[in-house]
Amino acid sequence: MNTEAIVDIARAEQGTSLWQDAWLRLRKNHLAVLGLAILVVFIVIALLTPWIAPYSYQQQNLELGASGPSAAHWLGTDIFGRDLMTQIMYGGRVSLAVGFIATAVALLIGVTWGAVAGYVGGRTDAVMMRMVDILYALPFMIFIVLLTVVFGRSMLLLFLAIGAVEWLTMARIMRGQVQSLRQMEFVEAAVSLGLSPATLIFRHLVPNALGPIIVYTTLTIPNVMLLEAFLSFLGLGIQPPQTSWGLLISYGAETMEEYPWLLIFPGVALTLALFSLNFLGDGLRDALDVRGAKD
Amino acid sequence: MHSMIVRLLLLVAAVALLASCGRGESNVASGNRAGILHFGNGSEPQSLDPHVATGIPEHFIIHALFEGLTVKNPYTLEPEPGVASSWDISEDGRVITFHINPEARWSNGDPMTAADYVWSWQRLLSPGLGSEYAYMLFPVKNAQAFNQGKMTDFGEVGVKALDKLTLQVTLNERTPYFLQLMDHYSTFAVHRPTIEKFGNASDRYTPWTRVENMVSNGAFRLRDWQLYRRLEVEKSDTYWDRDRVKLNGIVFHPTENTVSEERMFRVGQLHYTASVPLGKIPVYQEMADTPYRQAPYIGTYYYLINTLQAPTDKLKVRQALSMAIDRESLNRNVLKGTNIPAYSITPPDTLGYFPPRLFSHDVARARELLAEAGYPNGEGWPGLELTYNTSEDHRKVAVALQQMWKDALNIDVTLTNQEWKVYLDSITQMNFQIARRGWIGDYVDPNSFLDLFITGGGNNNTGFADPRYDDLVLRQAPQAATDEARLAIFHEAETLLMEQMPIIPLYTYTSKHLVHPSVSGMPPNLMDSTNFKYVSLDQDWRPAGAGN
Amino acid sequence: MWRFVGMRLLQAIPVILVVITVTFFLVRVAPGGPFDGEKAVTREVKAALEAQYKLDLPLFQQYTAYLGDLAQGDLGPSFKYPGRSVNELIAAGFPVTAELGLYALLVALGIGGLAGIIAALRPNTAQDYIPMSAAMIGICMPSFLLGPLLVLVFGIHLDWLPVSGWGDIPGDKILPSITLGAGYAAYIARLGRAGMLEVLSQDYIRTARAKGLPQWQVVLKHSLRGGMIPVVAFLGPAFAGLLAGSFVVETIFQIPGLGRFYVQAAFNRDYTMILGTTVFLSVLIVFFNLLSDILAAWMNPRLRAQFGGQ
Repeated sequence: MNTEAIVDIARAEQGTSLWQDAWLRLRKNHLAVLGLAILVVFIVIALLTPWIAPYSYQQQNLELGASGPSAAHWLGTDIFGRDLMTQIMYGGRVSLAVGFIATAVALLIGVTWGAVAGYVGGRTDAVMMRMVDILYALPFMIFIVLLTVVFGRSMLLLFLAIGAVEWLTMARIMRGQVQSLRQMEFVEAAVSLGLSPATLIFRHLVPNALGPIIVYTTLTIPNVMLLEAFLSFLGLGIQPPQTSWGLLISYGAETMEEYPWLLIFPGVALTLALFSLNFLGDGLRDALDVRGAKD
Repeated sequence: MHSMIVRLLLLVAAVALLASCGRGESNVASGNRAGILHFGNGSEPQSLDPHVATGIPEHFIIHALFEGLTVKNPYTLEPEPGVASSWDISEDGRVITFHINPEARWSNGDPMTAADYVWSWQRLLSPGLGSEYAYMLFPVKNAQAFNQGKMTDFGEVGVKALDKLTLQVTLNERTPYFLQLMDHYSTFAVHRPTIEKFGNASDRYTPWTRVENMVSNGAFRLRDWQLYRRLEVEKSDTYWDRDRVKLNGIVFHPTENTVSEERMFRVGQLHYTASVPLGKIPVYQEMADTPYRQAPYIGTYYYLINTLQAPTDKLKVRQALSMAIDRESLNRNVLKGTNIPAYSITPPDTLGYFPPRLFSHDVARARELLAEAGYPNGEGWPGLELTYNTSEDHRKVAVALQQMWKDALNIDVTLTNQEWKVYLDSITQMNFQIARRGWIGDYVDPNSFLDLFITGGGNNNTGFADPRYDDLVLRQAPQAATDEARLAIFHEAETLLMEQMPIIPLYTYTSKHLVHPSVSGMPPNLMDSTNFKYVSLDQDWRPAGAGN
Repeated sequence: MWRFVGMRLLQAIPVILVVITVTFFLVRVAPGGPFDGEKAVTREVKAALEAQYKLDLPLFQQYTAYLGDLAQGDLGPSFKYPGRSVNELIAAGFPVTAELGLYALLVALGIGGLAGIIAALRPNTAQDYIPMSAAMIGICMPSFLLGPLLVLVFGIHLDWLPVSGWGDIPGDKILPSITLGAGYAAYIARLGRAGMLEVLSQDYIRTARAKGLPQWQVVLKHSLRGGMIPVVAFLGPAFAGLLAGSFVVETIFQIPGLGRFYVQAAFNRDYTMILGTTVFLSVLIVFFNLLSDILAAWMNPRLRAQFGGQ
């Protein structure tokens, strides 16, 4: 048998039942399942928006102006007479995209950083984690404001800026996980079999640390979405003609007395999405019993 | 455990109750009683130094604290005696002699003299100070040369103190609007000993404008200045015309957010708001006895076109863009009918002047022009970017126009917003294709608008350069024999300008304010200018029945 | 213990230096300068202005000059408000933001702590689900959504509370504090619940209960300290978050605090103000993180033993 297979078997002894257990536990958590369901619905809508949106995104109806919910416009219209439901659907695409992509960026950087630090240990670890500590101490909101003001507002920059803030905790978690895993038998087996560190880290350690990573990722996405909405509210995030839930809320807040639906509906959408993600994340955390692994 | 919870809940309830009970008397009620006007003033003032300030919030405060040689009558906008009790203008209009009121005093009791003005104007024009309004005095002989460092002896500049109370000003040529300029704060006199106590004349950031240091000459005196909270002035007892001042004080509230400002007005925290949120206007217009005041304002909202870059370097493209816009619809639907569509740069009825109108909303013709320019039905259109400074209202206009161009001409226009500083930079560097712009006249005269577009003018920003235009505006108009002739020359110049369409005029501004019924003496006027001497509060004003 | 403190302090210095340097160069790179005005200034005027504010010096010289001033505690004059120094502006804005943050924190600790404790006492019952769901709403509803909604309901429809200002009308501090504190109340509720749950399941608690001690004694005297450790550890990062949250809350409620000053300074390219505020806030955040770490370590009897007890 090749070395890979040996290591796989060794790992399998510890691993397989974990996922099945977790899934069963998750299913019993009604709130988490609800969260998952809502999330799936949102994602599907977001993906299918260009085809299922009732109106065109740009279509204005100046004569109509802002109007409340009606048969033609289920959620009402904005001051240009544009259908609000369409706006929310397109905004959802952007908000969810920022959430997932920026989190993916954070994930990539954080996992790699933490895994390397945790595995190599010693001096390198100390230096790498010290850098994380230093970055942790920086007032990031201030820098993000500054970055967006300095470099203009592009989607790319937004992803990078937000991702740059969130990767730190990911790195810490990953490092902790890797450190505890490092002691385990299958790792010793792999080392003695001569596996390269890179293979070891990415093929074996990372998948084992997947539990906390998944949980934390699910909980990071709503933070990222909040961050984007926050920036858009200040005028630093998504720029028109694109829209996002944060931007819709900021417009709605201005005219909330005259046209409250412009605030309420996007607000409900955002809150619901964050709700689902958080419940799901909590559920996953309980199901995978991650909190127990506090070492 | 339970008792602890109960106690906590009681505490919370008590706090909530306490909070709602202590509302206190509103500013309007207490202000009416004490003669204090509560004035919503927009942004926090940057500086109270008349030679350094540049904005409209500063304008109001400085006008309360200081006074110029002339003041404006808020009803007619005619110049009235200020620090100068009278003036004589020579036959050829080039020499104006101001007679300073012997009763005019600084707030510390010092008498005002003509020398104050000579020194102050030297300060305004000194290149070291970097005053952004130095150009206000350019009609004065050699003032521009001095400001540009080409001349270093201020004695050569056309302003002299003939004696203590006589100020003689020599102009380059007849300037009908010069007296109006004397009411602009940049031409005000400042107190030399106070300024020199804290630094050089050309130092911009000395503390001479602090409450404890400031010496001014107006109807009011600075009493308190809490950053971002309030600025209070009180009636001055050294002011020469103090018997006509009816207010005892003014509190200027910084109200950057127009939505919050309107709420403050509604609950009686303000007598006057600097602006009104667009969404609220229809509501106020419906009211009987509405506090909403709307009046034409000497300013134009327009889009700059970069005439040096494709595709807008083609005249027909520019004309097509301009003619495809339905300004009436824009005004009616997006702007709630509160402004006046404009087809030219100068606002109508500026001192009796009416600008030429060379085109109308004509989609068919616009499409023809676009086709002639090489983009029939939008084919081959390279795209166009519209830049505007971040603001909800600008966005509304931009989005509406983007759609109009799409519908009428089938072309795509992308929108970019930049915040203020970046946007200004883009404009100055001509780093744009089409950019939003607004220009408010500094004085009531077509020249205030037409001299924007002279070749190389700092505020031209379009690349428009026509020597015939320059000649009309700079040489012929000032030398016109009569006012009618002068206006006719302006008309010719503006026709030349609009034939080239380097800008897309959209609408003429209107001033919009909410004014409490207990206030009188603040009539709307073309310059949206207030003379606080005329303002009074009705002590006995009571709301009719339940609260508004 | 002191070695711990000393080490952390030493680590803080490079952080601050990095912050200053990065901010300095970032701001200078930004397009748009502090002296761009709506009426275009002539070249001469602009040159004069820049000379006055030392912007005509080479970049590196400006940097060292700034560091020198900083060492003496002088943050320079504001570019946007001539006549005012940055120190003055910060002194005007910070107390307001600090007060807002304090009240928000009190709201968060009070409501959140209470909710967490109540929930932990009877886990997985209604007493647990209700506060925790409310907490979830608090986390998921951003302050710029909650704020306007509170304003709409309590300020406009019910007309119970003022909707803007800080200290001008009695009661105008309530809505902003609640808006800012709500999100943190939620986090603290969850943290507190988790911490309390863990402590309550310990042996010594069971002993205390077996001894017949009343419930509130059990909670207060024995569990609270241990259970609240995660909350205390959270306070450091919470403070940094509060500062950030104050940007939005101060904007919504028109509060003249440092958060609003900062955002406006960024838009205005008020170089010195941006730098000064960033330095000031960074120092504060570092300090608070340190404080909260120390406090958490002190509260944890195990860690105290490790550090030789103080």
